[in-house]
Amino acid sequence: MTEPVLPPRQPFTRPHLLQIGDLNRLEALELLDRARLFLPFTQGRDKKLSVLKGRTLINLFFENSTRTQASFELAGKRMGADVVNMSVKSSSVAKGETLLDTAATLNAMGPDLLVIRHGASGAAQLLARKMVGCAVINAGDGKHEHPTQALLDAFTMLRTFGRVEGLTVAVCGDVLHSRVARSNVALLSMLGARVRLVGPPTLMPTDVGRWGADVFHDMRRGIAGADVVMMLRLQLERMDGGFVPSAREFFRFYGLDREKLALAAPGVRVMHPGPMNRGVEIDSDVADDERVSLIADQVESGVAVRMAVLEALASYGGNGRAGGAGDPA
Amino acid sequence: MTQASRPTLFVNARIVDPASGRDEPGELFVAGGRIAPPGPAGDALVVDCEGQALLPGLIDMRVSTGEPGSEHRETIRSAGNAAMRGGITSIVLQPDTSPVIDDAALVTYVRQRGLDQTRVRVLPAGACTRGLKGREMAELGLMDEAGAILFTNGAAPVRDTRVMQRILSYASAFGALVASRPEDPALAEGAVMHAGELASRLGLAGLPAAAETIIAERDIELAALTGGRLLLDMVSAEPTLERLERARARGIEVSASVSVHHLTLNETDVGDYRTFAKLSPPLRREQDRLALVDAVRSGLIEAVVSGHDPRPAEEKRLPFDEAAFGASALETLLPALLNLYHNGSVELIDLIRPVTSGPAQLLGLETGTLAQGAPADVILVDLGWPFRFDAATMVSKSRNSPYDGHRLQGRVLGTWVGGERVYSAD
Repeated sequence: MTEPVLPPRQPFTRPHLLQIGDLNRLEALELLDRARLFLPFTQGRDKKLSVLKGRTLINLFFENSTRTQASFELAGKRMGADVVNMSVKSSSVAKGETLLDTAATLNAMGPDLLVIRHGASGAAQLLARKMVGCAVINAGDGKHEHPTQALLDAFTMLRTFGRVEGLTVAVCGDVLHSRVARSNVALLSMLGARVRLVGPPTLMPTDVGRWGADVFHDMRRGIAGADVVMMLRLQLERMDGGFVPSAREFFRFYGLDREKLALAAPGVRVMHPGPMNRGVEIDSDVADDERVSLIADQVESGVAVRMAVLEALASYGGNGRAGGAGDPA
Repeated sequence: MTQASRPTLFVNARIVDPASGRDEPGELFVAGGRIAPPGPAGDALVVDCEGQALLPGLIDMRVSTGEPGSEHRETIRSAGNAAMRGGITSIVLQPDTSPVIDDAALVTYVRQRGLDQTRVRVLPAGACTRGLKGREMAELGLMDEAGAILFTNGAAPVRDTRVMQRILSYASAFGALVASRPEDPALAEGAVMHAGELASRLGLAGLPAAAETIIAERDIELAALTGGRLLLDMVSAEPTLERLERARARGIEVSASVSVHHLTLNETDVGDYRTFAKLSPPLRREQDRLALVDAVRSGLIEAVVSGHDPRPAEEKRLPFDEAAFGASALETLLPALLNLYHNGSVELIDLIRPVTSGPAQLLGLETGTLAQGAPADVILVDLGWPFRFDAATMVSKSRNSPYDGHRLQGRVLGTWVGGERVYSAD
């Protein structure tokens, strides 16, 4: 079967994708446009393109994430890249020094695209400074950012509502520890959505009031009139009295159930970056309701958005990364 | 110091001596290792200062080396070399080495190493609790006799309030200075920078100013209770200064130091996860920095320190959470501090006081002044010399400087200890 011809894209102007702040509005919109173009290739029978033929993508995961890793792997393969997964369990390697040692090792392998997930905020930045001729994509660094998640969330909204601008999005739960929340606040605000942050004060970052989002500690008020309710994952170990007294108390006040959801705007849709803690931050009844839940669409969007991101970074032609993509170090 | 050789006559100098308030053109005569009354030059070595500033050698009340135990970070000798280059003639060494300097023999050992390894005056601080564990009081009296210049619990305060009370109380018997790094250990756990908008955007755990104020307040009350002499070691936050001012007004004997970094940098220097700006206490808001500068100007803060904490690259080139705290700072103390003179924030004499006569007074030293009879620790400085600081040129074994690439002014042309020239810029 012959490969479809894609319209060309503008060369991307950034060497890496480390945080949403690396993008301006037009660049973000172009990524979403390209994702729309790629979406059919994630659904049809013939799923392979050759945009990244001959390029090597390495998935470097210091934290386990089956879902994100698989999403990048699929995106890379569908674009025709050779994909290598390296999962480095933080228990088996000494922390820290390993990251730069790994960078040196990877440089010797000459990848074109490097996807990194790491438990420390700023790890992707650190790695990007050390990699030669390779685009670094942040797939989640500590409590900092997870930019492709925000892009796929925005893309999912675009697919559902036809727009992001003007939507009221309530991001609920553990904002303090959430890189998903940080990236989403940045991206959705840039795209013209009204963002609200909802959660107990102990799970809100310092000076969160200056993020440009409205902050609510009462979930009923926080989701009143919202078009999208985005639930965040609450790590179970944070509910043993450290940040909130118990899982059941959290669910009572901040878990999403039918009763609270009824306060949102008509036609409200529910999102979750996964994996979900059913009965803690979200009621299964809501999560599994296809009329309101966009959770499956998010996964599908993820592959298309990551294809667009890989394409963009491979098109980068500047000299912000030594050697340029495709140039073995 | 060996028998001082030839007398030295400094001519055409701008004499800056905070102890006497002098800032005027003049000459300085040094004989027998001490500052002498003006006399016939005779066979004296004449140093033409060409109008440059002649200051007392600086006294740095807070220096860490890696000796003993972590000599790859810094040795007493390499710290001494860095100090001489930075115009610092006396260094107070922190006890948090391996082993911890917590008994008289170790104090003697460090003093002896100082005499053997460097020409800078090495003044060991003793640990106020055994092993710096914060539980049992160390032998403060014996260490004091052996020459410990002050007592401190190192990077963390004594956690147990009663232990701290007893240390201040016991030390008051011989007038020893007890330093406390005010930082609530529970609030500090896991925190890597100032708690604020920037930290929350970067996804880094923050340390609120309250962590400092809480312990400062506690220790001020304990000083009031016991009559002990308390030094709040490296304050960083505006609210702490209010507590300090109030304590002074009540007549409590409490003093404070600040690091030069906190006078010249702020939280935004962390920027894009720059670990060289990861300090303890953390760099705080600009308004804190301004308040600290005010406190230096007014004399509320008596001592400015380098907080020298050499860390090799492998401890710094890590994700921010995992990187070590601290900056290598002996070589930048003076030029960084002079920034506040050049930008008009503080008069020269008020800026030099907390690195000379201020610490000398707190520590009971004869140095830190150009008064006749004082040991001739002097430095000749080109105050205006502009340069771009390149950390690669540092003589310290660790080059973790937050000023790398910064434009600074001020160059030490020569350093004399006890009347002997120990460093020359050329």
